[in-house]
Amino acid sequence: MATKILLKESLIPGTTSKLVLDAPHIARAARPGHFVMLRMAENGERIPLTIADTDPDRGTITIVYLVMGKSTALLESLNSGDDICDVCGPLGRATHIEKAGTVICVGGGTGIAAMHHIAKGHHRAGNHVVGIIGARSKNLLLFEKELKSFADELLISTDDGSYGHKGFVTELLKARLEEDKSVAEVVAVGPVPMMAAVADTTRPFGVKTTVSLNSIMVDGIGMCGACRVTVGGKTRFACVDGPEFDGHLVDFAELRRRLGAYRAQETLSLEKYRCHCHG
Amino acid sequence: MDNTKPRKTIAPRLDMPCQPADVRRRNFREVALGYTPEMAMQEASRCLQCKKPGCMKGCPVEVPIPAFIAEVARGNFDAAYRIIKTTNSLPAVCGRVCPQEHQCEGGCILKAKGQPIAIGRLERFVADHYIATTACEQLTGASHCAMPAGGRKIACIGSGPSSLTCAGYCAARGIRVDVFEALHEPGGVLVYGIPAFRLPKDVVRKEVDSMRQSGVTFHTNWVGGRTVQVEQLLRDGYDAVFIGVGAGLPVFLGVPGENLIGVFSANEYLTRVNLGRAYDFPDGADTPVYPGRHVTVFGAGNVAMDAARTAMRMGAESVHVVYRRTRAEMPARREEVEHAEEEGVQFEMLASPTQFNGDETMTLRSVSLQRMRLGEADASGRRRPEPVEGDIYELETDLAIVALGTRSNPILLDATPALAKNARGYIVADEETGETSIPNVFAGGDIVTGAATVILAMGAGRRAAREICRRLGA
Repeated sequence: MATKILLKESLIPGTTSKLVLDAPHIARAARPGHFVMLRMAENGERIPLTIADTDPDRGTITIVYLVMGKSTALLESLNSGDDICDVCGPLGRATHIEKAGTVICVGGGTGIAAMHHIAKGHHRAGNHVVGIIGARSKNLLLFEKELKSFADELLISTDDGSYGHKGFVTELLKARLEEDKSVAEVVAVGPVPMMAAVADTTRPFGVKTTVSLNSIMVDGIGMCGACRVTVGGKTRFACVDGPEFDGHLVDFAELRRRLGAYRAQETLSLEKYRCHCHG
Repeated sequence: MDNTKPRKTIAPRLDMPCQPADVRRRNFREVALGYTPEMAMQEASRCLQCKKPGCMKGCPVEVPIPAFIAEVARGNFDAAYRIIKTTNSLPAVCGRVCPQEHQCEGGCILKAKGQPIAIGRLERFVADHYIATTACEQLTGASHCAMPAGGRKIACIGSGPSSLTCAGYCAARGIRVDVFEALHEPGGVLVYGIPAFRLPKDVVRKEVDSMRQSGVTFHTNWVGGRTVQVEQLLRDGYDAVFIGVGAGLPVFLGVPGENLIGVFSANEYLTRVNLGRAYDFPDGADTPVYPGRHVTVFGAGNVAMDAARTAMRMGAESVHVVYRRTRAEMPARREEVEHAEEEGVQFEMLASPTQFNGDETMTLRSVSLQRMRLGEADASGRRRPEPVEGDIYELETDLAIVALGTRSNPILLDATPALAKNARGYIVADEETGETSIPNVFAGGDIVTGAATVILAMGAGRRAAREICRRLGA
């Protein structure tokens, strides 16, 4: 059953876009932290994407993606009004949200969009939400406007200093934790090195740290174990036990290696697709 | 004993033509090629038409076996099909994947002589013949199916063998059926698990299509417990819900190195190849499968055989099935073991993995194996494997596939706390009716029994459907 793209908005031309999808049955059930599995075409690959926002009244969900391989390149080739072959969800365990005080939500790259949904959940639960977002450069920063609309504070860093603090999100996080000992939780969504760095930053402060993992998945419903990660020395499945885990217990080095398991095939697939597209 | 009575001599059981092993070991086309009509009639004429047929006792869905075989012997293949269909919704599937040697053929009177009637092959022939010759009838809807009437409707969650059987049975009695499938293609294990060389995906598609003809609606990408909730379905007006969500999380060995790159569950390996069509990567399909030159498979059931034979077809130089007992104890269907061996799969028996060894990039290079021997018989009567002290050796492998079975899938169960579970985490269902702790909610297949066979799941689907129809007066 195909799913219609109601709106496509290019966030970073050619590499990152936001799609609003007509999926009332998913929008109704989705909570912050959930993800969907998508398949762009017949014989396409199933890929997971975290839900960035929902509007149950309009029956829509929002996803944001970075073009990485053939499947996301196929997604980028679609426009408003086009159909996505398969969208399945919501999947995974929803974020555990309760009124806890101050919650710092850290997002990096495309992960800012996924973090946005979690931050919104904490805001709605009455928590004081501090957003910290970062990118290499100002033009690569996502969802600033959306986060500003509800976040109590929003701190920004860029690697090149073109906007906000020059440096990494972890530096802003560390400073914030030093000046405010009452922080109840830190949530981080982004590239694996960023999440690992956030966990390292919060560890000395003893602050609860939740990370959302983007393991390779095939079915996304607990059948294959492709997404397994080591958490606190135990093997867990990101699709049904996660995707959120205690950042202080995740074996990030293993996760990073496992994410590269199919790199050769992914490169081949994308090259073939690009050759075909551009003659 | 009356020695003067003339004894009827019975012709030997007729072999089914197969692709030659050296050809098929590198392709995904079906291994067995099926009987011709003449062969089917010849084999069917061997049947003694017992008054008390042992074959039927062995069939979980009670196919009227002697009756359909009698029609085959007379060349009335359509009549034979209608007889099978009275109790079996998926004959083309069962003819291919049932463990007949333990079921119908195991109960055949001729088995004593080692030559039981080839019931599975005949069932397969009848189903294939029907599908091949009556396509038009199916398209025009002229076949004798009841149209939904009376506003009664049920929901089936999952679309594997148990759900399809339940759906088919109820639809045939005029009940509207909605099937909710989590993946993008209906069929469950028939699509993601069993390889095309054993069960062509076309066969499954045609069985599903024939159900659509009889009024079953399939909703793909709907996850029970996530997109749709059991109790909500009852509130939405479904008279009954059947849960057949199948097996879940794969079991791993629990030895060091299991998360190295190159170690996979059989579920992942087979899903990538079967559902994802990875054999067509990168030109015809986008799902890759990890390449392996020296493949090891752990386990000895049908799934292990499927994984080993799939790896061979994906181009492996060597494939070893590693099992801690011996050939005699392997739980796989005999034909699968023989086919695997003919295709070059090697059997590393009396060996148990102790750890996977990787290089500095966390990539699998070898597995350490503990040599085993068979000791005293345990409570189940099987001789228990025990380690041979100090005898540990290494086997080179760059792709390890773990086929040790599955645990229950938590998604629907966690979302439906009112559903009673047993100690192993499976749904508790009444043995006669399949009803769960929630009234009018039924369950069957692997989510009740743990990993089992297609036909046992179908038997459960049928029992639940019979009870649902009784309650709905259908």
